Amino acid sequence: MTTDWTVRAITRAMLPVLLVMTMVEVGSGLVLGTFEAELYQYPTLLVLVPVTIGTAGNLGSVLASRLSTAFHLGTLDFSATDESLAGNAVATVALAVTLFPVVGAGAWGLQSLLGGARLSVGTVVWISLLSGAVLAVLAVGITLGATYVAYRYRLDPDDVVLPVVTNSCDVLGVVVLFAVVQLTL
Amino acid sequence: MSVLAVAREAYESALPALGASVVGGLLAGVVLGGMQAELRAVPGLLVLVPALLATRGNVYGSLGARLSTGLHQGLVEPRVDLGNRRLRGAMAAALANGLLASAVAAVAVFLILTALGDAVAPVTTLVAVSLVAGLLSGVALTAVVVVVVFAGYRRGRDPDTLVGPVVTTTGDVVGVAFLLLAVRLVLALGGGA
Repeated sequence: MTTDWTVRAITRAMLPVLLVMTMVEVGSGLVLGTFEAELYQYPTLLVLVPVTIGTAGNLGSVLASRLSTAFHLGTLDFSATDESLAGNAVATVALAVTLFPVVGAGAWGLQSLLGGARLSVGTVVWISLLSGAVLAVLAVGITLGATYVAYRYRLDPDDVVLPVVTNSCDVLGVVVLFAVVQLTL
Repeated sequence: MSVLAVAREAYESALPALGASVVGGLLAGVVLGGMQAELRAVPGLLVLVPALLATRGNVYGSLGARLSTGLHQGLVEPRVDLGNRRLRGAMAAALANGLLASAVAAVAVFLILTALGDAVAPVTTLVAVSLVAGLLSGVALTAVVVVVVFAGYRRGRDPDTLVGPVVTTTGDVVGVAFLLLAVRLVLALGGGA
């Protein structure tokens, strides 16, 4: 665990995973590129991009680190009556449903102040809320799946689950936002 | 604990940090929304944005985690001492890996968009923008992470709980702001042609 603190040793530990995650994020950029026209037409959607990606990744990473702690404490057992599993999953969805309307209203408000928003506040809040709710459910599914794999194969979830969850939620953030925009506009 | 009690506890402990990162993300979005002219002037730049932002989070989040582990283990002192070999090594490694990943992302975006037959700026422009943005935001985020982790530790806070929210909140804002600065610099120097 305690690698030498030299550029060489740190790079050897970090670079392979970093490059894989970078390529995954390039994939998410390609999805973003496919709806470039909509993003330029409605700049409010462009404002939503970093915050949607970031919040989705954060929701996943909060859930992952809490399940990882429960795993280390031995209170996680993946049974149907597992309270820490169900409680944390419920909290993730509740957090998304609280935060994403604020995200939408904030994006609309800031864009109106700065450059004029072409979309109505209701539309932006709806796009944000729907994306957030779908993302929360996906984040719960991915985190549970990745934690279960770590649990079955006795891997440390801190090493495996967190990078997988954060970066896949980043990608899904763009994909879900894209899908919701296509459905709504 | 019942499901509801677990859910309430998890909700309440996560809300402040997530709320702060929402504010950071919105500010980053405003900057991104205001740089349409630059995004159009450098085709392919929008495709690069998620990779560049994630690199900031991955690299400087890991620097923060390393520093807080080092503090807990007594490997580093909570003082900004550039003569300290360990501290210098950790900071240089973060910067070097951040720059490398940014350049790799730029080359990958260029190759993929070229293969798809999409419009894309010259590879030198994309790489130059990535490197300048990576260098500027790297220096800024290194300073933020080192100061926050050390100051937090000296005040008796657990640096592990500070690193995540600080990096996600400042990483996006700093990342997008320096990306804008980098595009303008590169375009001004004639890199857009």
